[in-house]
Amino acid sequence: MIGAHLPALQVVVPLIAAPLCVLSRRPLAAWTVALIAAWLSLGIAIWLLTQVLDANAPISYALGGWAAPWGIEYRVDAANALVLLIVTAVGAVVVPYALVSTSHEIAPERHHLFYAALMLCLAGLLGIAITGDAFNAFVFLEISSLSSYVLISLGPSRAALTAAFRYLILGTIGATFILIGVGLLYMVTGTLNMADLTYRLAGRGENRTVIVAFAFLTVGITLKLALFPLHLWLPNAYARAPSAVSAFLAATATKVAVYLLLRFVFGIFIAAYALDELPLTAILMPLALIAVFTGSLVAIFQDDVRRMLAYSSVAQVGYIVLGIGFATHTGLTASLIHLFNHAAMKGALFLAMGNVFLRLGSVNLDALAGLGRTMPLTVAAFTLAGLSLIGVPATVGFVSKWYLVVAALERGWWPVAALIVVSSLLAVVYIGRVIEVAYFRPPPERSAPVEAPLSMVVPTWILAGACVYFGLDTSLTIGVASRAATVLLGLAP
Amino acid sequence: MEFLGHYNYWIAITLAMIGFYTVIARGNMVKKIIGLNIFQASVFLLYISMGKIEGGTAPIIADGANVYSNPLPHVLILTAIVVGVATTALGLALVVRIREAYGTIEEDEIQALDEPT
Amino acid sequence: MVLAVAVPFAGAILIALLHRFPNLRETATVATAALLFVLVVILMTDFRPDDWPVVELFEIFPGVAVGLAVEPLGMTFAVLASALWVVTSIYSIGYMRANREDHQTRYYACVSLSLGATIGIAFAADLLTLFIFYEVLTLATYPLVTHAGTRAAQLGGRTYLGLLLGTSIGLLLLAIIITWFEAGTLWFAVGGIFGDSPPAMAGVLLVLFLFGIGKAALMPFHRWLPAAMVAPAPVSALLHAVAVVTAGVFTVLKVSVYVFGTELVSELWSDRWLLWVAAATIVIASLIALRQDDLKRRLAYSTVSQLSYIVVGALLANRAGIIGGGMHMATHAVGKITLFFCAGSIYTAARLTNVSEMRGLARRMPVTMAAFMVGSLSVIGLPPMAGVWSKLYLVTGSIEAGEFGLLAFLLVGSLLSAGYLLPVAVQAYLPTTGANAAQDTGIREGPVACLVALVLTALACLALFVFPDALYTMIARIAVSP
Repeated sequence: MIGAHLPALQVVVPLIAAPLCVLSRRPLAAWTVALIAAWLSLGIAIWLLTQVLDANAPISYALGGWAAPWGIEYRVDAANALVLLIVTAVGAVVVPYALVSTSHEIAPERHHLFYAALMLCLAGLLGIAITGDAFNAFVFLEISSLSSYVLISLGPSRAALTAAFRYLILGTIGATFILIGVGLLYMVTGTLNMADLTYRLAGRGENRTVIVAFAFLTVGITLKLALFPLHLWLPNAYARAPSAVSAFLAATATKVAVYLLLRFVFGIFIAAYALDELPLTAILMPLALIAVFTGSLVAIFQDDVRRMLAYSSVAQVGYIVLGIGFATHTGLTASLIHLFNHAAMKGALFLAMGNVFLRLGSVNLDALAGLGRTMPLTVAAFTLAGLSLIGVPATVGFVSKWYLVVAALERGWWPVAALIVVSSLLAVVYIGRVIEVAYFRPPPERSAPVEAPLSMVVPTWILAGACVYFGLDTSLTIGVASRAATVLLGLAP
Repeated sequence: MEFLGHYNYWIAITLAMIGFYTVIARGNMVKKIIGLNIFQASVFLLYISMGKIEGGTAPIIADGANVYSNPLPHVLILTAIVVGVATTALGLALVVRIREAYGTIEEDEIQALDEPT
Repeated sequence: MVLAVAVPFAGAILIALLHRFPNLRETATVATAALLFVLVVILMTDFRPDDWPVVELFEIFPGVAVGLAVEPLGMTFAVLASALWVVTSIYSIGYMRANREDHQTRYYACVSLSLGATIGIAFAADLLTLFIFYEVLTLATYPLVTHAGTRAAQLGGRTYLGLLLGTSIGLLLLAIIITWFEAGTLWFAVGGIFGDSPPAMAGVLLVLFLFGIGKAALMPFHRWLPAAMVAPAPVSALLHAVAVVTAGVFTVLKVSVYVFGTELVSELWSDRWLLWVAAATIVIASLIALRQDDLKRRLAYSTVSQLSYIVVGALLANRAGIIGGGMHMATHAVGKITLFFCAGSIYTAARLTNVSEMRGLARRMPVTMAAFMVGSLSVIGLPPMAGVWSKLYLVTGSIEAGEFGLLAFLLVGSLLSAGYLLPVAVQAYLPTTGANAAQDTGIREGPVACLVALVLTALACLALFVFPDALYTMIARIAVSP
């Protein structure tokens, strides 16, 4: 009986955990509630994924028993099952990590509020992924955004407040654009249900309202995704938030925004325009390429390692959008694979930096001198994830790069393939800087940092290990991504 | 002339632009939030005016009324208003905290204070 | 086969664990090396020319699998690498202990890892497996190159890693993906995998491959080799005279024979152009070598030059050329390792690194300098050393292909190599008079372990001259169109 309601529970479990966290004043109690909720969500996501893969058909759940298209429908297919898995997995890894890291970075009387916000954010992200209703997506988007503003503002320095404020302003503008887009779509079709929208938009591509709606939706979502040039909020937000928050957001928030873009563009607008006519390619591809290069180049010159990782994220989002820009099955598969892979890589990198911050109180490049000797596990995890970012074979990064290049070759765009490969070399430089400092410079005499506690090292290594494991056993990632791409392109239910 | 018939859209667009301009051009953080509010209000107007049907009455079932305005946009906007309120509250809370931490709420002064960081 | 690849990796872990017991650790190293050699010899004796054992391990992407296979060229390489590892382990023990180096555990463990990667390259059944182990080799050798931990080592390491990763990810990976895209498979096949319809881009693809295989040190991507000379001598000896660079030219040979097929290679427009690049490398590198005073740097540039001989053999794409290239892979390895062993021995015993200071050294270090003479003769290509045969085949190959200009370059290269190697050996025998005399007080021969090793390899140079048949027949089994 519960099984039938799992799609709703996926969102409800973290949602209920949030007020429970607020009520349990003590940090440890709040953490326990959050931990249980996060792990339950992971279980539900895994169950949903297996259901969808076995049945080869989407799961449809009518919220409150009100049938679609008037009621809100939760619809799980291969595409969002993958996203649900990513988000819940990252959440399940970050919450145990957060116990120690927040005790160092946030005042104790705020811990229960921190976990409440984290749970709300998780609920919001899961809601965006699972819903089949356009307006519902907007609501969950705002839930997750508001809670992420709160989470970022809890950072250790006062600069976190300004970072959160900037993100608030830009994020709300983006969300309002999405609202306009959804409203215009409603005006044309009279429905908000995504599947129904697809049906009713068929052949209406020339309608000016539809074109404008498409434009507003794309701009709004790309702002949330931090595609160049709408990425300005990201570096500060990730660099100044608490470590667990940076890891969580870096691994999930942009991914869910990408999913939303995919759902709207390929799931819905594909009905209005044929694949070739989508004006996407001309716009997204150059922006994506610029994002890749500028993100990587700026990352090279950063002294604050977390800012460097944030700019690297801008570049990686560029890769994902590049895959979308190809508008082919392989291109979409590549984007979805990189969604999963980047979550693992960036999550591991940010968690490793959190370990460093805990022990050293700084994430400046100079402070990392000699860390290879004193914190070997952390630096080894960083190196592994860094190698994955570069795209060394036997890691997940290699798999993503491979698919992206194949997608470019399929379209016959040789220069783009060459650019993808060349930009990986930039990653060698900025990762190399950190590794050199950590392994080659002697540690300063006075400080003698010790390895981070187990509760922080284990999550870091889980994600770093995932980078390697899923680089060798790609059946899960490629299989699901390929299925998801098929679904999104409308080639199969 | 369709021009005058679409006056609701013109109002929405004008308000949106005013709001947007305020957000971008003003350095004071409270003014930015005000601009954001105006921008959101314009979108609300767009939706609600979209739902009005000529000759329609309020969407509450009553005797003698046959044509009702579309209730769905009303519902959507109620949700959106709540979201807007939450955003404004959060934004203002952040502004208060920033004032405590920096002593100012002008963006350029704050950037100057943050630069050496 | 799988065991052969796994043993060195397991050995590395074992070595790391034995960190606290130096003697046990050294025993573990030698034992692992010996075990590997035994395994490889077993594989060799079971090897049948018509039926190559193949093992498919698992699929990384749908349609692209990782696997191991044994074929003549790989067999040669594996035998070479494993045999020389045993010898180098003995040498390393002598060198490391005499110089009291730090981080010895890290050194032995990384060498073991590198050898594992090398065997993986040797036995790779397809391009992807080869690429994976190729990258592992680069990463495993980085800590070895930067072993000293000094600023100079760090900068040298940067050049090393930057150039090798840059060429492999930037060019080689692109070439591999394009190959997969065009041919539909990456599995090595006799006669090439493009079948009857080579892609239009094959010419450009060849260029991408050749420059992408940075370990073959084709100019202008050769700088990593002299930069890597900051490493200790045993590292330079095994890895840069044998494993890393040999992996590079091995890959070049494999690509030209099993990916493109020799017929296709000789038809491509880029083949001639690349042939000239290789020829230029031979001569230019030799000229630079003449001007180097630091012995190891001189040897490094010599290696760059000799590697291009092998590349020439691969690009000539006729039977003699391929055989010459394959044989030179082996003979150069044996000769060069002798020379590097001597360099390390000289450094350990006399603390000398510059050629100009080595006058009259033979008096003090007779065994070392005799071995040096032997190694030099082999590399130059003079009888009675092994280098003769490989040079002979390369010359035959160029005559067959009608490339007489190329022939001139090959011969000039040999002359130049005489120019930069012989003086070192000869001047060591000259009497110590004048300002260039080596400090003759207190210099004795190098450590015993080192001497044993370099005598062994010098004897190998001689042996391969007298008994080249085993090597020849193995390599000739590469089914090559005449």
